Formats: sequence, C-alpha cells, structure tokens
Amino acid sequence: MGDILFGLSAIVIGIAASYGLYWLLNFLLTLLPERIHERFSWFSFLTPAAVLVILVLIMPLIQTVAWSFMDDGVKKWVGFKNYVDLFTDTRFLGILLNNFLWVLVVPAITVAFGTAAAALSNQVGPKLESIFKSLIFMPMAISFVAASTIWSYFYAYVPPGRPEIGLLNALVKLFGGPAQPWITMDQGRLNSFLLMAVVVWLQVGYAMVVISSAIKAVPEETIEAAQLDGANPWQIFAGIILPQVWGTVMSVFVTVLILVMKIFDIVLAMTRGNFNTSVLAFEWYKQFFENSNVGPASAVVTILVILIMPLMWLQIQTARQQEALR
Amino acid sequence: MKKITHFLKNLNLGSTIGMLILVLIWLTPTLGLLITSLRPSSLAEVSPWWEALFNPLSTVWTLDAYQNSLSSGMLNSLINTIAVTVPATILPLIIAANAAYAFTFLNFKGKEIYFAILVALMVIPLQSSLIPVLRGMVWFQRTFDIPLTGTYASAWVVHSAFAMPLAIYILRNYMMTLPRELIEAAKVDGASNYQIFWQLILPMSIPALASFAIFQFLWVWNDYLIAFVFVGEQKAVMTYQLLRLLGQYGQGWRDVAAGSFISLIIPLLVFFGLQRFFVRGLLAGSVKG
Repeated sequence: MGDILFGLSAIVIGIAASYGLYWLLNFLLTLLPERIHERFSWFSFLTPAAVLVILVLIMPLIQTVAWSFMDDGVKKWVGFKNYVDLFTDTRFLGILLNNFLWVLVVPAITVAFGTAAAALSNQVGPKLESIFKSLIFMPMAISFVAASTIWSYFYAYVPPGRPEIGLLNALVKLFGGPAQPWITMDQGRLNSFLLMAVVVWLQVGYAMVVISSAIKAVPEETIEAAQLDGANPWQIFAGIILPQVWGTVMSVFVTVLILVMKIFDIVLAMTRGNFNTSVLAFEWYKQFFENSNVGPASAVVTILVILIMPLMWLQIQTARQQEALR
Repeated sequence: MKKITHFLKNLNLGSTIGMLILVLIWLTPTLGLLITSLRPSSLAEVSPWWEALFNPLSTVWTLDAYQNSLSSGMLNSLINTIAVTVPATILPLIIAANAAYAFTFLNFKGKEIYFAILVALMVIPLQSSLIPVLRGMVWFQRTFDIPLTGTYASAWVVHSAFAMPLAIYILRNYMMTLPRELIEAAKVDGASNYQIFWQLILPMSIPALASFAIFQFLWVWNDYLIAFVFVGEQKAVMTYQLLRLLGQYGQGWRDVAAGSFISLIIPLLVFFGLQRFFVRGLLAGSVKG
C-alpha cells in the first residue's frame, strides 16, 4: 500500500514539476523588456528538450566514441587497440556474421509476410479483415522479453524419457524425427534463425498494417481496368498493386532493418548470447555489465553506430515518404 | 437473397483460408503459454498443453499460478512498472510538444539544422549513450549525495530523452497541418506564445498526442534495458522480474507463463482499446529502437 501511495505521489509531483518548469521559464522571460521577450520566446519552449537531448543523447554519444580509444577502466588512451583486438578475435567476427545474417533475413521475410497478409486480408471482407489483422498485429503490444518466453516454450526441450512439452519437438516427433535441444544448436547458425523467427513474428503485424493502408489507397480505376482486361487476381496484385505500394514496402523494410541492427533483448532473454547467437548490441551489454570493460564495450557500440550511419540517410528518405503519404 | 450473393462475392475463399492459416500460426505459441498458465502445477510439467486444449472438459483449470506469481513479487513489479511508465509517457509528451511548437511556429537561428539533427538521432541505438549517462549519474550522486540510480526518476529522465527525437518529429508534423491563421488571430488579440500553446495548440494536437502517448506507453512498459540499468533490482519492473524467472530454470514453465500474462494484460488492453490511434501513429512514423 505504501508503495502505491509513493508511486502515485511520485507521478503527481513529476508531472506538476514539469508544468511548473515551463511556467517558470515563461515567467522569467516576461521579466525581460517586451521586445527581447518576444524575440526569445522560443527559448522557453525549447530549452528543456534541448537540455535533455544534449545531456542524455549527444554528449554521452561523443563520450562513448572517445572512451572506445581507452582501456578497460578508461584510465589511459590506447589508440586503436580495442578495435584491433575486436577485429582479430574470431568470436567477434562471428558476432558480425550474426548481425549480417539478421539484417539479411529478417527485414526481407517480415516485409514479404506483411505484404502477403495485407493483400490477403484486403479480400476477405471488412469484418473478418479487422479480426484477422488485430490478431496478427497483437504481438506489437508484447515485450521482447515476454515474446522470448512464449517462444522458448515453443522450442522447449526435455530430456528423453519425460513427456514432451515443447510444440516444435512434438511436431518433429510426429513426423518421425528425434527431439532436439533447438536453442543450443549452432550448426549453420540454426539457433540464430530460430531467434529471428521471433522478431519476424513480432514485426509482421507492423508491416501488414502499414502496407495494407497503402494498398487501400491504390485507385480503384486501375484495378477495375485490369479486371476488364481479364487479368487474374495474382496478375492484378503483381502488376497493378505492388508497383504502386513499392515505396511503402521499402520504407517498412528500412524501419525493420534499423530495428534489427540494434536487436538485443531477444538474444539476452533466449540464449544470453551463448551458443554463438551473440550480436553487436548484446556484446556491448556483455562487455560492460559482465566484464566491466568500458573501453571495449564503447568500441563495440561505436562500430554499431558506424554501421547504422548510412541508414540515417534512408531514414530521412522514409520520413519524407511518410510525410507525403499522409 | 441479395445479401447472400453479396456476401459470397465478398468472401474470397482462398484468401480467407490463407489468412486463417497465418492467424493460426501467429496465435499458437501464445495459446500454448496461456493454457499452461491455467493448469495445475501437477499437470503442467508432465503433460503437454495441447492435451488440455483437446480435452477442455476433463482437465482441471485453475488460477493458482497467477495467485502464486502475484504474491511472489509480480504485484510489486506491476506497481513499479506503472510508476515508471506513466510519468515516462506524460513527461516527454509535454516537453516534446513545447519543442514542437517552437519548431513549427517560432523563428530562431539554425532551426532547420537542429531539426535535421533530431531526425538523424532517431536511428542512433540507445546503447551508445547509456554507459556515460550511468557513470554521470553515479558521479553526481557521489558528489551531491542525492540518489539517482535505482530511482524511478532516473528512468523517467532517460526515457524522456530517448523519446525526444521521435516525439518532436511526429508532433511537429502534426502541428504543421494546423491552420496558421488561428495563431495569427490569437496574437492580434494579444495572446502570448505561452497562452497560445497551452490553450490553443495543445488541445488541438490531442489526436497526435494520443497516438504518441500509446506508442510511448507500450515502449516504456515493454522496455527492459533502461529499467535494468537505471531502476534495477530494488524496484524491479515486470520485464526484469520475468527475465529472472526465465533464467531460474527450476521454477517451471507454469509460473513463468503466469508471470508473462500478468505483464501482458495492461499493454494488450491498451492496445486493443486504442488500436485506431496506435495505427495512426505507426502510419505517421512512430517506430523506434
């Protein structure tokens, strides 16, 4: 009970304080002469946001890049040592390979499933459509940790002799195969692909919803004209609809791509980076929270930032496209 | 008769079957965990969940696992999660709406450049700033003897900061669509920018504020990393608690399952209740990592 009261009062105070802050900033400005007040009123609107962004995002980012050239305890400069160490370590090269596989597989499959679901749901009538879409979209509300729980159970393995509880193994047995400890099997990076399935499951709903709204915006006349020419549904989809929504499909692809580059929670929850499933963002976590190596951890995350940089440009393109969409 | 033919015309059988299969695949893993959470512990570990699904009448259903889970820490985590999430949703909204007003309606030097920086910051992974922020807080609390890490407030600040680029971007895009004449008219009437913002622009921006609020709410509720780093063990949020349960293998699947569903109830309610706003937010570009 005390906890609830404390939480509630913390909430109220926090919110009142933020309103008070803007009131105070504005009040301080009104003390200035009228002309200056008018010219600098942007100051009271922008300052809190600017302070937050500079203090919590920009300065720490610069600090991280600087620390990536320092030793474990950030006491002395070591030049490029952290980077050289990383790129000569076969384990780290394996991590880069994992990240590469994630980027290669997840956005493409997510967009393909999302497009298929959007196209199919467009033809089942409005009532069924909204039910189907809600159910596929639902994982968007689920945390990565809860999703990992759900899927760990799906992949669960029990030692032979005890009743099977994991659905995947039960299905494999049904078709005559032996039960496998799936999550620990890194032959051909099999377990990484099993983790990727979870992210696809989480993100297809997003792809479907965005692409579906683009499909609905395709002008009726273009479809009707094709129907009159005797085109079948598949021809209409591939020849008429898909080209018109291609821009949206690509923007979803980029968004999922950016998300996948930073993938972290799934790996943490499902394997803790073991069995060769680690990725860059997880390696950062391991270096810092398990080994307290600030320098190497900073180097890992700097590499991640550098790899994401080119996507900034794509992000701006996406932003423009979405602005045009609305 | 007309109704039936209309219905048949709308119903494209192939598409319906395709969608049904997809939905079935999408729901099965969740259904498995849900059923497990509702079975007595004596059964959950020895017989597969689909046995209960196929014989729903002959199995025992119970809420024991939920009771256990709530009394062994999940209820506290629920409260902690709410205390982290609600302010971490409202604070960035107020701060970002103010900034978006400046970016939309006021003139200052370098406006375009600052906005471009914000858009670029949207893709930066949050891992890139966490260590310096954590170390800065530790330094601050040592120097001034004010506790920061391990409190809700530190999570509010960090969540607010990471929400800034996207929130400002979305709110500014929305405010751009508001009629400028209204603001001009209010200015002629002698209203200050402060009054115009709180009394005119903020109420008019409610659709965009709602979209972003739902989005941010789900994001903070489901976040693990920031809660782990800045709030930590003493006020463990639900994702933290759940991960701990998942790690302790001896606990058994049933308790993990119940814990998962307790953590899912509120986001799912928010999600299904306010799906329209959420979708609108997604279409406006509300995605972050």
